[in-house]
Amino acid sequence: MHELSIASSIIETVTREIQEKKLDAVQAVGLRIGELSGILPDALEFGFDALKSDTPLAQAELVIEIVPVTAVCSECKHEFKVEEFVFICPQCQSSAVETYSGQELEIAWLETESPHRKIDETEI
Amino acid sequence: MAEKVAVEKKVLSENDKLAAEIRAQLKKHAVASLNFVSSPGSGKTSLLEKTLEALRNELKIALIAGDVQTENDANRLTRAGGTLVRPLVTGGACHLDARMIARVLPEFELASLDVLFLENVGNLVCPSSYDLGEDMKVVLISTTEGDDKPLKYPGMFRRSSVMVINKIDLLEFTDFDMEAVKRNALQINGRLKIFELSCRTGEGLQAWFDWLRDFVKTQKNS
Ligand SMILES: [Zn+2]
Repeated sequence: MHELSIASSIIETVTREIQEKKLDAVQAVGLRIGELSGILPDALEFGFDALKSDTPLAQAELVIEIVPVTAVCSECKHEFKVEEFVFICPQCQSSAVETYSGQELEIAWLETESPHRKIDETEI
Repeated sequence: MAEKVAVEKKVLSENDKLAAEIRAQLKKHAVASLNFVSSPGSGKTSLLEKTLEALRNELKIALIAGDVQTENDANRLTRAGGTLVRPLVTGGACHLDARMIARVLPEFELASLDVLFLENVGNLVCPSSYDLGEDMKVVLISTTEGDDKPLKYPGMFRRSSVMVINKIDLLEFTDFDMEAVKRNALQINGRLKIFELSCRTGEGLQAWFDWLRDFVKTQKNS
């Protein structure tokens, strides 16, 4: 299970991002995870929740978008969705195809509480 | 009001950066590199042992051994390969990462090396996420494992360049379907170079050695 080390990399990267961009409390972390990435979303969420306390992400949740596997044929340039991990071009039957998507393991966005909102709340 | 901030960063960008540095360093000294991955018990140590023994007089090989289970494994490899075996204590990690490799790489005199073997931790999931700076991954399976390995771990087979099927001497005692395995693996990755061999009997090893020797030469001249 490497989801724990992936979760810890996410926390490190986002923490740096928070400092660099001087962000307010992060409520959600948007991830893009490819079907070929070998990451189990449940295990990742579990690992993230286990590690996040005492970090700037203590209040944050993961929002995971699963990216399907697609490929581009090197012979006929046809783009197709890869079903059942069969990397063969449905148009010309070539197996010389490049993976186009599905290997992602990316932090796409962060959702923060807007600073204005915070001021409003203290005023009330 | 919640606010969305775009980030667009790879989770493993730090690892990828280090791996790129390792790759550049190996390239500079014309050192070929292979990352060996498998499940536990596929015979990775045996394959490395046989390979070091067979090619030690022709090629200057170094090995970073990240999956030695026992002192005995490490000794076997050291005997087979001389002094260039560096066991890596991973502390129970389920994969090698670029940081671990970068840490021990300075122990080798790269200019005098032809090829570096990286023996990854025995598991077909976690190591697939971590680039170590290698030229290619070699995935090893054996006939005593299920023949559904490629379908269960498509990510690893997609990212590998070579598949070695070990223990073919035991084929007749198992219900391992060789043709199905090859078909499934090639559907996932049509460019896979496949070797069928037995580290115990030696059958098929020569083809692997020949290919490896050629590969190292090609990398040196590129
Ligand atoms: Zn095509």
